[in-house]
Amino acid sequence: MDILKLLNALPGAVSQGMIWGLMAIGVYITYRILDVSDLTVDGSIATGGAVAAMLIINGCNVWLALLAAFLVGMLCGFVTGMFHTFFGIPAILSGILTQLALYSVNLRIMGNKANTALSVNKYPLILTSRNARALALNNPILIMAVFILVAIGLLYWFFGTELGCSMRATGANRNMSRAQGINTDKNIVLSLMLANGIVALSGALLAQYQGFADVGMGRGAIVIGLAAVIIGEVVFSKIFRNFGLKLLAVIIGAIIYYLVIQVVLWLGLNTNDLKLLTALVVALFLAAPHWKAKFLGAKEKRKGRG
Amino acid sequence: MLRIEHIAKTFNPGTITEKRALTDVHLHLKPGDFVTVIGGNGAGKSTMLNAVAGVFPVDHGTIAIDGVDVTHLPEHKRAAFLGRVFQDPMTGTAATMNIEENMALAMRRGERRGLRWGISAMERRMYQEQLSMLGLGLENRMSSKVGLLSGGQRQALTLLMATLRTPKLLLLDEHTAALDPKTAAKVLELSDKIIAQQKLTALMITHNMTDALAYGNRLIMMHEGRIVVDVEGEQKKRLTREDLMSLFGKAAGKELDGDKLLLS
Repeated sequence: MDILKLLNALPGAVSQGMIWGLMAIGVYITYRILDVSDLTVDGSIATGGAVAAMLIINGCNVWLALLAAFLVGMLCGFVTGMFHTFFGIPAILSGILTQLALYSVNLRIMGNKANTALSVNKYPLILTSRNARALALNNPILIMAVFILVAIGLLYWFFGTELGCSMRATGANRNMSRAQGINTDKNIVLSLMLANGIVALSGALLAQYQGFADVGMGRGAIVIGLAAVIIGEVVFSKIFRNFGLKLLAVIIGAIIYYLVIQVVLWLGLNTNDLKLLTALVVALFLAAPHWKAKFLGAKEKRKGRG
Repeated sequence: MLRIEHIAKTFNPGTITEKRALTDVHLHLKPGDFVTVIGGNGAGKSTMLNAVAGVFPVDHGTIAIDGVDVTHLPEHKRAAFLGRVFQDPMTGTAATMNIEENMALAMRRGERRGLRWGISAMERRMYQEQLSMLGLGLENRMSSKVGLLSGGQRQALTLLMATLRTPKLLLLDEHTAALDPKTAAKVLELSDKIIAQQKLTALMITHNMTDALAYGNRLIMMHEGRIVVDVEGEQKKRLTREDLMSLFGKAAGKELDGDKLLLS
């Protein structure tokens, strides 16, 4: 086990963590703020990657390609939102339906191919994994830091506005929200659009970073997103109370996740076993509050009686 | 102010759990009417209030508030006319948001919510003043999460939010039932004070016959999805528990089993 090999891999892990962290902010919006479990993201992140890659190789401006990915991601969220509110399908199932449909859509976008190469040699990409260890302004860590700060700033503003407040209220208490004149269905659709827009944007950045878009690049994205949200909360919930800092915690959660992955790979874990490990770790973290209430609660009761 | 014309509602029609919750409810409220609503479990009291609030569509009949037919308006649109306080103190407020944010949400009831900042400094001062009138010390805890408040505090806050913008109609759905007797009495006093001050039209469901007699200028009693007793004015003032029982017995067509039916 060569420690240098691990150290060499760390900058890459950090930049990957930052890209997936941006995606995880999308998950945070639906899962934590609106209290909706949205599985669209597994599809919409690949959609974002596919849209951006196809636009860029067809000569579109890179920034416009990012914007297009964001808008198409919003459309994905809109579809899930309609399934949920207008068709009355449970949120989880709505997301699964859109995600499944997106698999075909994504193949169509990429001209019926499972992946599209996006080489930094040919196109003026915004970021690439090749510069992960470069001490320069084009280092993906720096570039992602800018994206993340802008995203957090905009979301901080948005969730402080009247509309944003009404969306937070929708997540906190649907009955109360309707009683206060808030159209909860509209807000749920809006949040799914916003979240999937961000997810697709991160997909567009990921495709550039790794040099290709792949129809399977989103498999398990929701679980990675949840891992980032939960790790961020476990580590920072006591110190980060401000909304902006909570979003930052999600990013740091994703970075921690990728650093840990890097370490276990370095320790000799088979790459194929990664998703199994991720699922187990997230299951344990999701179980923690339930177990805490169940077992610690029981203990306190016994104490009280004794 | 409120015109309910022959509304009916059956839940789960055609199934084994079919429940005829409202059979034929007809009720007109004059501006300033403060009506207490009593009746046994399953009499249709909450169903009637929820039908007015638009929680579900009614099968027949029409509902109009201040001359506006709201029968087909969704719940969030009807909210513009209504102030609502629920039985469960958890229902009326957003626990994860703080006191001033909750009030700001209520302040914008019936308005378009755009990209202006969610709460202004001027509002904040106004909320502080309003809160101090509750006498619960909440004016010093404006940025506390509502989830940290007691049930009584949350109900008082919900009441304040319901009346922050003067509603055409205030709906109180057993809003003191989940509180301890002392707190319940306080919240009830507060409700009465606010209704009098703002000259509100109000419907208040209660399980407590004494409260139903003590408050309001009009009393209705429901049974099996209908209004079976409706007394107001001087007649209501003179009403006693015994009168109520015999009225109910006559209307429902059978002897009333003491307090059980009313207070169960």
